[in-house]
Amino acid sequence: MARVVVDVMPKPEILDVQGQAVSRALTRIGVSGIEVRQGKHFELEVDDSVDDETLHRIAGDLLANPVIEDWTVTRV
Amino acid sequence: MSARIGVITFPGTLDDVDAARAVRYAGAEAVPLWHGDHDLQGVDAVVVPGGFSYGDYLRAGAIASLAPIMREVVDGAAKGLPVLGICNGFQILCEAGLLPGALTRNAKLHFVCRDQTLRVENSATAWTSGYAPGEEIVVPVKNAEGRFVATAQTLAELEGEGRVAFRYVGTNPNGSTNDIAGVTSANGRVVGLMPHPEHAIDLLTGPSVQGLGLFTSVLAAVAGAPAA
Repeated sequence: MARVVVDVMPKPEILDVQGQAVSRALTRIGVSGIEVRQGKHFELEVDDSVDDETLHRIAGDLLANPVIEDWTVTRV
Repeated sequence: MSARIGVITFPGTLDDVDAARAVRYAGAEAVPLWHGDHDLQGVDAVVVPGGFSYGDYLRAGAIASLAPIMREVVDGAAKGLPVLGICNGFQILCEAGLLPGALTRNAKLHFVCRDQTLRVENSATAWTSGYAPGEEIVVPVKNAEGRFVATAQTLAELEGEGRVAFRYVGTNPNGSTNDIAGVTSANGRVVGLMPHPEHAIDLLTGPSVQGLGLFTSVLAAVAGAPAA
């Protein structure tokens, strides 16, 4: 078994209203100068028989929506 | 014989009862369809209603778009089956690849729930032929993820080909690109919109009866057409 991490982030041109809200909340705990973008982090326990092509396919077909999100697949 | 219009229920669907009622008000038979079945039961058209299918897990509509019944809907749509997606149903149709673009979190993160004026921009689709071009209708809108986005190229195609079916008039409730409330497939058979026409079919429960037109329009589209 291998551990694989898929990180999914809104594309740069997509307005990330959740990240903006987090950024604004940071100022309420006295921290300024930080801009947040919010995404998703998936941890996959992957059988050794699953190849990289399959991992990229599930990332692009299900874990991320290519219209609005970018993703990276990393074996850790 | 009256037309048979399927209404899908997923775990977490909320508006299947109202959608079925709208189908009956239009004079058709409402056929309940179950998300786990590979069977459209020979219906003439399909409504994918609103709600929070699969709890909106992953992304709104993402899990539902892979449900067994949606495989049948995708196959049916390829053969011209009229399909209407309302709210979560619109999100599901986008995730399933039947409609372009995506629905994202509303600007300002508000869940918006109010009566909304829409303009019918394309009255040549299977679901809008009963409206006059440019007709304005008032129907409820209620969502947290209704902000339509698409690539610049897709937007240019939608606008250039007249595939924006509905546009918000007055206030844009969610920051949707180009005030887009609903879009249609290239062949006009698949339509998706965020507002809820099925909630505007009876003055007892809605702000108008102007939503009924979608459900009566499709009857003309399926008259004489072979069933799915």
